[in-house]
Amino acid sequence: MKLLNYIERKSPVHSLNGASKLFCLLMWICSTMITFNTPFLLGATILGAVAFKLSRLKLSEQKGLLYFLLCFMLLNALLIYIFNPERGVELYGTRNLLFTIWGRFTITKEQLLYQFNVILKYLSTIPIILVFIGSTQPSELAASMNRIGIPYSFSYSFALALRYIPDTVASFIDISRCQQARGIEMSNKESILKRVKAAAALVLPLILGSVEQIEVITNAMELRKFGTQKRRTWIMSRPFRAGDYLTIVIGIGMMAFVIAYNVINGSRFWNPFI
Amino acid sequence: MERGEPIIEFRDFSFQYNAQMEPTLYNIDLTIYKGEKVLIAGPSGCGKSTLVNCINGLIPFSYKGEIKGSLKINGEESSSQSISRISNTVGTVLQDSDAQFIGMTVLEDIAFALENECVVKEDMLERVHRAAQIVDISDHLEYAPTDLSGGQKQRTGIAGILVDDVEVMLFDEPLANLDPATGKTAMELIDEVSAGTGATVIVVEHRIEDVLHIDMDRIILMEDGRIVFDGTPDALLSSNLLIEGGIREPLYITALKYAGVEITEDKLPHSIRSINLTYEDKDLVRMWHESTPTVRPAPKTDTILDIKNLEFAYEDREPTLKGVDLEVHRGELMSIVGRNGAGKSTIAKVICRFEKDCTGSMELMGEDLKTLSIKECADRVGYVMQNPNQMISKTLIFDEIALGLRMRGFSEDAIQEKVESVMKICGLYEFRKWPISALSYGQKKRVTIASILVLDPDIIILDEPTAGQDFRHYTDIMEFLRDINSRGITIIMITHDMHLMLEYAERALVFTDGRIIADDTSAAILTNPAITEKASLKETSLYHLALMCGIEPSEFVQHFINYDREVRS
Repeated sequence: MKLLNYIERKSPVHSLNGASKLFCLLMWICSTMITFNTPFLLGATILGAVAFKLSRLKLSEQKGLLYFLLCFMLLNALLIYIFNPERGVELYGTRNLLFTIWGRFTITKEQLLYQFNVILKYLSTIPIILVFIGSTQPSELAASMNRIGIPYSFSYSFALALRYIPDTVASFIDISRCQQARGIEMSNKESILKRVKAAAALVLPLILGSVEQIEVITNAMELRKFGTQKRRTWIMSRPFRAGDYLTIVIGIGMMAFVIAYNVINGSRFWNPFI
Repeated sequence: MERGEPIIEFRDFSFQYNAQMEPTLYNIDLTIYKGEKVLIAGPSGCGKSTLVNCINGLIPFSYKGEIKGSLKINGEESSSQSISRISNTVGTVLQDSDAQFIGMTVLEDIAFALENECVVKEDMLERVHRAAQIVDISDHLEYAPTDLSGGQKQRTGIAGILVDDVEVMLFDEPLANLDPATGKTAMELIDEVSAGTGATVIVVEHRIEDVLHIDMDRIILMEDGRIVFDGTPDALLSSNLLIEGGIREPLYITALKYAGVEITEDKLPHSIRSINLTYEDKDLVRMWHESTPTVRPAPKTDTILDIKNLEFAYEDREPTLKGVDLEVHRGELMSIVGRNGAGKSTIAKVICRFEKDCTGSMELMGEDLKTLSIKECADRVGYVMQNPNQMISKTLIFDEIALGLRMRGFSEDAIQEKVESVMKICGLYEFRKWPISALSYGQKKRVTIASILVLDPDIIILDEPTAGQDFRHYTDIMEFLRDINSRGITIIMITHDMHLMLEYAERALVFTDGRIIADDTSAAILTNPAITEKASLKETSLYHLALMCGIEPSEFVQHFINYDREVRS
């Protein structure tokens, strides 16, 4: 299963520069995480869906990541409720009780709105994350990260990690099978604890192998002058076009709206109860 | 030969790593001139890798140590330059073509050095395309390393140093991971590129015969950190220095020496194509060939593993095995050969039940292997991975070998006894208290074989048992395997090494595109041009020698194997 799944396709979103997409993504995530402005979050959700549509990607192509994010969202929502069923009451300052399930587990209008906001935060960001990953070539990612100001050595190590994931997975599978042949049971016949212990036994050879590999790769990089200059160019970088400026403006616009709303409103919350 | 300007000059140069008690290089005096093609050879631990690291600047800039004497690169003391300065002159292609491959695609990898020099994109594209054209990889620019063959990765590696217009191309064991035919093409490519660009070529290898497929100007032979020979290939091959230094001679030279032919420089012995043999010499070879009747090893007939119509495909891909029929006999020592992706590793994994979704039948002494779990199968068929470090999961030798038995619930007494007896067979008993990390590569290999052997399997399958080993270590490992084989264990080896196949495997299976296209003695296969070409093998030089002397090649090769075996044991 692939968690990061770039899909080659012709679309207006694919043709955007990775750096502008990354910038917009970061702005998008920050602004939706900060605010509890429900109309804004609803708008962002719709805009995200439009972007997904424009990218010509299909939800089924990003199953792995989609399921992961949705599960995370549900778990998050559930935990918020269990830890404090009246968190919404504290935040909004009013209490409109609808009914009580049992003991301290009450349902209030405030809690419902609060949790609706939390879910909206996820729903507005998930499509945009999927769009970013599905439409940005991994090769372009490092160039983009560097372009928005992340040091190139860090950006490149990120790209390098992506480059070596398939190799590492392949050698992990080989190692694991050899150990299974020697008798370490990894299938679900064995208890979880034993399987975790067994997996730990596989990690030693994997790490030893990786350490050897890292030394060789470091040499290979140094011999081709990595790290000798303050900056570097990227053969996969793309020029900025009108669409890229628009993308950046959207990102800045969202952030600006959220900050302005917080300042004028005096709080992060859109509050219909007073 | 007229010599150009010196480009690399060692003067009374010694080097000692900080972590070591003794120097690795002693008083090296060596000058390499512009436009020369030089081969540096020597057994493992002779200092040739250290010499490479001095030439490309990793010493002293990445590996610290004490330098005495002087090393000038392009007229300037290396220690006063920097790695990146030196790499403007010297481009290095590392042995491990996967590690050499840094970019996500061929295009990015070739451009890597240019990106680091801040070259603007348009210039980069132009220079990358030019370099890609020279090594003929232009059609694969958007390919990822996982989709490339070993030969294509190496082409990318060469292009990656050519973009910088280097004056010296330094190759560290360029043939290590390539099949024989690809290795031959790689040497031809190196030759072509150096002719086209005028670059100096330095190749570090212990496979002398394969490197001498192209004309090299000079060979430097190293031993124990010193240069013991510096001269033409013809002069070296006329001496006995290779054998004394623990390096394999070209096979035709060994055969000629067995026949009593005197090898002199004027016979141009550096290649089987160049060598001039007199009538008397050819007579000597024929007489040697006829001196004893050629005995073919008696084929074994007691079938132990019976595979019929085996098919296998990895998820959503073309089938890797297409209807394989194969009988393995008890006590055989056989090899499986063929190019990368031909299905030779896959069949091993299917037999060991690492890969399960196959069709067809697989029976081990009448028992259906397809009903066994991976662990049950391992009691009968053991698998030894190429890299011992990937198999070892314990820190003590005893525990590592005992692991399989412990997992199978043997009593500690029984384990003690079995492990000790296997340690004795494997020559590990004296190290029984040692931590594994203190062992050499070859000893670790023995540990992994011991940990399989202790389960008492009928068959052991080894993936490239001698990869990356010099002649002495190769002989060590192979004699050990032969010894185990003589104890009744059937051994199957997956290999690219034609010498291994010829000298140790009595039977060879040749895979091409998921099918077995030949199943015969190694001598017969390596003297059959139709098969060698189809399977990306390389016919042995003995084949050409036999033709030269008018002898039936497969007979001659078999005679050589028998004779060689007797001389060496």
